[in-house]
Amino acid sequence: MKTIYDKSRPSRRGVTFPAPLLPDACFQEACLSPELLRASPAQLPEMAEIDVVRHFTNLSRQNFGVDVGPYPLGSCTMKYNPKFTEEIARLPGFAGLHPLLPQLRRGGLLAQGALEVLHEMEQLLCAITGMAAYTMQPLAGAHGELTGLMLMAAYHRHRGNQKSLVLVPDSAHGTNPASAAIAGYTVRTVPSKDGVMDLEAYRAMLGPEVAGVMMTNPNTLGLFEPDIKQISEAAHAVDALMYYDGANLNAILGIAKPADLGFDIVHLNLHKTFATPHGGGGPGSGPVGVVAKLDEYLPISRVARREDGTLFLDYDRPHSIGYVAPFYGNFGVVLKAYAYILALGGPGLKRVAMDAVLAANYLRARLAPQWRVAVDRMCMHEVVLSAADQAAQHGVTAMDVAKALIDFGFHPPTVYFPLVVKEAIMIEPTETESKENLDAIVEAMAFIAKKAQDDPDWLHAAPRSTPVGRLDEVRAARQPDLAQR
Amino acid sequence: MDFSPHTDDDRAQMLGAMGLSSVDELFAGIPPELRVRQWDLPRPMSELEVTKRLGRLAERNAHGLTCFLGAGFYDHFIPAAVDALIRRSELYTVYTPYQPEISQGTLQAIYEYQSAICRLTGLYASNASLYDGGTALFEAAMLAVRRTGRKRLVICRAVNPIYRVMLASYTANLHLELVEEDLAGGGCAADLLDDKTAALIMQNPDFFGRVHNYADAFAKAHEMGALAILCCNPLALGVLRTPAEMDADIAVGEGQPLGLPLSFGGPYLGFMAVSEALLRLMPGRVVGRTLDGQGREGYCLTLQTREQHIRREKATSNICTNQALCAVAALIYLSLLGKEGLRELAQLNMAQAAYARQRLTAIPGVRLMDPGPWFNEFRLELPLDARVAVSRLIDKGIAAGFPLGRYYPEQANALLVAVTEKRSKEEIGNLAEALEAVL
Ligand SMILES: Cc1ncc(COP(=O)(O)O)c(C=O)c1O
Repeated sequence: MKTIYDKSRPSRRGVTFPAPLLPDACFQEACLSPELLRASPAQLPEMAEIDVVRHFTNLSRQNFGVDVGPYPLGSCTMKYNPKFTEEIARLPGFAGLHPLLPQLRRGGLLAQGALEVLHEMEQLLCAITGMAAYTMQPLAGAHGELTGLMLMAAYHRHRGNQKSLVLVPDSAHGTNPASAAIAGYTVRTVPSKDGVMDLEAYRAMLGPEVAGVMMTNPNTLGLFEPDIKQISEAAHAVDALMYYDGANLNAILGIAKPADLGFDIVHLNLHKTFATPHGGGGPGSGPVGVVAKLDEYLPISRVARREDGTLFLDYDRPHSIGYVAPFYGNFGVVLKAYAYILALGGPGLKRVAMDAVLAANYLRARLAPQWRVAVDRMCMHEVVLSAADQAAQHGVTAMDVAKALIDFGFHPPTVYFPLVVKEAIMIEPTETESKENLDAIVEAMAFIAKKAQDDPDWLHAAPRSTPVGRLDEVRAARQPDLAQR
Repeated sequence: MDFSPHTDDDRAQMLGAMGLSSVDELFAGIPPELRVRQWDLPRPMSELEVTKRLGRLAERNAHGLTCFLGAGFYDHFIPAAVDALIRRSELYTVYTPYQPEISQGTLQAIYEYQSAICRLTGLYASNASLYDGGTALFEAAMLAVRRTGRKRLVICRAVNPIYRVMLASYTANLHLELVEEDLAGGGCAADLLDDKTAALIMQNPDFFGRVHNYADAFAKAHEMGALAILCCNPLALGVLRTPAEMDADIAVGEGQPLGLPLSFGGPYLGFMAVSEALLRLMPGRVVGRTLDGQGREGYCLTLQTREQHIRREKATSNICTNQALCAVAALIYLSLLGKEGLRELAQLNMAQAAYARQRLTAIPGVRLMDPGPWFNEFRLELPLDARVAVSRLIDKGIAAGFPLGRYYPEQANALLVAVTEKRSKEEIGNLAEALEAVL
């Protein structure tokens, strides 16, 4: 499709503004010396409103979203995004609220409704995960990780601990080691055994210099870590903190709580577990919860209640790590997740976990005849297959499988993650996909398995139904064209 | 109310296919002693009940005030087409475009967004977005540290104080030295640079609304081997000298003025653009244009060897989910305004602020603190504590501005007033009358 710059025509306009109040005073370029001004206007597209609307409408039609069809992208929890939450986030009383308003009158009196949302959300997340306190500031999962590691560092600094290492399993998401490094830690990788953390290797790596251990449970293979209690007790014995990557919380809602598993710091991905839309890659929200002993380090401000029942923003927290975001996080996203949690309530949230785990296991059982399951036992919310056999025997890779699924009307699963599985195909159906859709995925995967044997080239040529075929990524990286000049 | 399509019959059939009789059996891998003992969550509610409850909470916020509050986050007009378009679910119910063949919509939009940021800043490359202006500034500082191998950052005190606190928080554990340059006369003179400095960080317009040309300061930074980082307001770039024209190496800023609602602090948009030399050190996702097997043009994520999913602890950043939908909203906004519209809007903001300045400085006892020039914000010195004045004006339905004493204790009487295109002559007049009355 032509770019919006290709479609631009001189002097077309999509919006006009009122006339200035001081039409002839010194306010335009005239009163700024030329050295303060840009030499020529920014070459932005010149379009009528209809041109803009058609351009983006047509672009949107080249996307595949959850509202278009099944989107079993493992680790991303692409569940249905309820529509009423979109309306709630757009209520003028929320969308029109300036974040500094609480500072204009006795800490928070002008934004009691918004502070109530934040306060209640903190309490709901505490009840769901068993943690003692939450901050809503982190703006996505990885940002929550960084925040959590900053809390970890503050805790150790305050106690005079000299610690420099963070342990991360080899199945961990890339953001875990990256966040630890950005927080100033050295990362050590713990190997897996039969799909879960190798307890012996872990014990051998633990020592006084270990600041913390980052895990997700269920892990990225969709398996519950059965030794989690021993793992956390061993960490605590050397005063290391347990960090929970909440990307996979969907599987254990109402079933188990991270605090009971021994975790000290937790981040949640509201855009996964609590159904806020992913927006083409964001915005998300990554609240961080902690056990009581870490409360004092949480970012400021904290929402707190006065004796008269009103809420205020507490900045008087001498041990706080400071600010990780300018205000109270991605408030518009928090609102949607809050509305979702209220709608489901306790029983609904538990049903989410049960249906998500049921769907993943149903797929596992039905796919196992044709596909190697990375670790063939009961899984949680996602199942990881391996196309290693197909790759070795027929030259059909996980990428070929992903591309072929597109032609069947599905968004592909996550591929090549986790790194510990060769030719990984990570399928997370979520609780909102019906049995008919799960059966259709099974049929497509069976067809693809057969094609891999009979006609691998047919798979190499996929996808066929899309506006473009497989793109030359080497060219993209070698001759970067990152902007239209 | 939940959103699961499964009937009990579906569940029974799925369990039957596995030879199981109850869903509980699926959780056999979780040791019983680790199971939930307490599940104190509210009862489910209908859509109607939740909507009513949140509607009531929304009304407990003072959102009807006439807004002269800015301080880095502004009450701008948003054309209806922006929201109409980003509400298309093919745009908002998708994730990061890992599979380009079914994500050309998002990918092309992000490429066009990157192009718009390059055109606004004059710099070579933009990423696909960062979380917000403050985290973008931190990422820029870290880029400079990596590039120069130095550990000292010089930042002007006229950079948004919230961002300065964020930077201090992020660097607390990193053995970096953060040096704040004081406000001599009109701004920062870049006197604290030395040959151990990784970057000089400035803001334009600065936190007090003043417009600068930092070309000399940036030249000094380059002489010392430091990078020049400019934090800027993208709307002001409709008229102001670009970061590239000042020879900045990195431009960052808050994209909220480009069509994003204030929304009590987010979601917003961190933008970043860099010079060609820094391309491969840039954090965040990047979209590139390339060809498919048949020679058709298409878009995909590129330069991924910088990123966490490949480089893990050696990545240039840990960012994964960014603010893509906000970036697309900003692009739509910029497309609706276009080349002339953005310039006109920037001028209009300056004009509204100039009118307000005229009206407000006519009040006895009110003094303009700077000689200018300004963009759409300026500071006034009042004859009393600005917090007191602001609180009194709330009762008249006006959020009169930001009392600076909170971040600059020596400026307790200073009020930072922002005036966007949304403020009418009448509203500005009301502010002037009300302010005069409460002094
Ligand atoms: C296991 C895991 N951890 C962390 C993250 C990072 O979360 P976010 O993308 O919200 O930053 C992801 C996201 O894909 C993930 O799957």
